[in-house]
Amino acid sequence: MTDVTPLARSTTPAEFAAPEAVLTLTGMTVAYAAAPAIEDVTARFAKGAMTAIIGPNGAGKSTLLKATLGLLPTVSGKVEAFGLPLARALPRIAYVPQRASVDWDFPARVLDVVLMGLYRQTGALGRIGKAETARATECLSRVGMEAFADRQIGALSGGQQQRVFLARALAQGADLYLLDEPFAGVDAATESAIITVLKSLRDEGRSIIAVHHDLATVPAYFDRVLLLNRRLVAEGTVATTFRQALVAQTYGAALPGTIPA
Amino acid sequence: MFLNALLLQAGYNAALVSLGAGLLGFAAGCVGAFVNLRRRALVSDAMAHATLPGVGLAFLLMAAFGGEGRNLAGLLAGAALSAALGLLAVQRLTRTRLPEDTAIGAVLSTFYGAGIVILTVIQNLDVGRPAGLEGFLLGSTAGMLRGDALLIAGGGAVTLLLLAALARPLALAAFDPGHARMMGLSPRLLDMVLMLMTLAVVLLGLRVVGLILIVALLITPATAARYWSDRAPRVALIGGGIGALSGHVGAALSASLPDLPTGPVIVLLAFAAFLFSALFAPRRGLITRALNRRSLRRASRGTARGASRGAA
Ligand SMILES: Nc1ncnc2c1ncn2[C@@H]1O[C@H](COP(=O)(O)OP(=O)(O)OP(=O)(O)O)[C@@H](O)[C@H]1O
Ligand SMILES: [Mg+2]
Repeated sequence: MTDVTPLARSTTPAEFAAPEAVLTLTGMTVAYAAAPAIEDVTARFAKGAMTAIIGPNGAGKSTLLKATLGLLPTVSGKVEAFGLPLARALPRIAYVPQRASVDWDFPARVLDVVLMGLYRQTGALGRIGKAETARATECLSRVGMEAFADRQIGALSGGQQQRVFLARALAQGADLYLLDEPFAGVDAATESAIITVLKSLRDEGRSIIAVHHDLATVPAYFDRVLLLNRRLVAEGTVATTFRQALVAQTYGAALPGTIPA
Repeated sequence: MFLNALLLQAGYNAALVSLGAGLLGFAAGCVGAFVNLRRRALVSDAMAHATLPGVGLAFLLMAAFGGEGRNLAGLLAGAALSAALGLLAVQRLTRTRLPEDTAIGAVLSTFYGAGIVILTVIQNLDVGRPAGLEGFLLGSTAGMLRGDALLIAGGGAVTLLLLAALARPLALAAFDPGHARMMGLSPRLLDMVLMLMTLAVVLLGLRVVGLILIVALLITPATAARYWSDRAPRVALIGGGIGALSGHVGAALSASLPDLPTGPVIVLLAFAAFLFSALFAPRRGLITRALNRRSLRRASRGTARGASRGAA
């Protein structure tokens, strides 16, 4: 508690011992077949912070995000966001899946896909006018995709598609972003552009939770980490939790690299 | 005679019929665009074939109660019931580990077979003036009543209004069901509504196009439309336009050539529109693409020649 000073607060907002939670999972268990993919996960995600979810392939990271959003049935567990039950919090949450399971031949342009993020505002019948189009275009330019606005959605590279779905999430104007490997297949220049966008969202007080595989960039990108391998291993600030022993425990092997001891 | 029919000069009833067929085509093209997006063409076909036993049983029921047996609304009610049963059967069968196409094939042929048996029985019974029932197979606008045409036009209009109100959520759920749920929509409910609208088109099309070919009026115009636009609302509208034209012109044509069933004519016209689109649509059409490739090859050969000349 010693570092809870205005100074510390302004430099690293997520450095509190017990930060306010934006998302709480209690006793969450999810099973596809007989064996649970995640088991009894209880976790609190800090408000106004960027949290990385880290764990090996098959650890249940994607499962955790989907179950949190009610996109998968859970065996047990409770989800609360913004202190509300999930159903009431959903309008304030945006999600970018690891692999969008969409129909790539669909007659929709890139701009149309981003406009789908505005559905909560426009509804079934609301007019999509200049203001909406301008907002969607702005979100596209934040991920460097404005030049592709008129392309059919399937006529893009994998990384470009990923960026469009990020733009759709930005268009939602959510307060909590769940991103499943937002940098997978994205080039270096775009990665740094996206991280700038995410940090500016964080600085506006919004919360970001991202599944992340590149351990080298964790300290530079994130405030907090959650280590997961079917069960929760640890959760905390990068300084206290992103440590060699804990990471090795998560991956079941010592990892080469520059993780602090 | 054909020109007269086309320009609505062939009498009030004929005009009403070809207008009704046009509106039916419009509804079919628009709804069909969404059927395509959800890849429900085969299910719609099964549903259409599953109407036949309902038509036959409704006829028998109405004849037994001393009615005329040919009341269109009554026949359509029977058709709706048995089509819904067929749809349920498909869904049940897919829940056991049967692949969907197998389930569809089984339901389609069983219901259609049952329907043909019932129709044959009716013809042998010689009750309730069954002449014209076979028109439900391939469509026949001959002897269509003014009330029938109005029923079709009215039903088409209601279906179109419902579709217009739900087009955006339907497209959202068809493109990305997960995102639709994040937006508070229920893809399952939307799917059900789409099937309901498809059923409406099938029923309204029974008299005009017939149950064997109605799926073509749903699918073909919308497929043709896909060549002209990359935007779902436009694809639906263009599909509606093609469907309307096929319906209207087809009904006029078949009215001017006696004994020509309406359904095949309408469907052939829609197919012509598809063929034209597949060949000549800008950017996507086969011929357009071949021309583009040729000019690309010319250009690259040109630069290659230029380069070699420069080297020499
Ligand atoms: N649809 C599915 N059906 C059955 N099992 C599944 C399904 N999806 C995932 N699993 C299993 O659940 C476990 C967790 O999968 P999940 O996708 O959550 O892993 P992940 O941590 O996101 O992995 P990655 O880093 O590869 O994305 C894995 O063992 C996987 O095999
Ligand atoms: Mg994953």
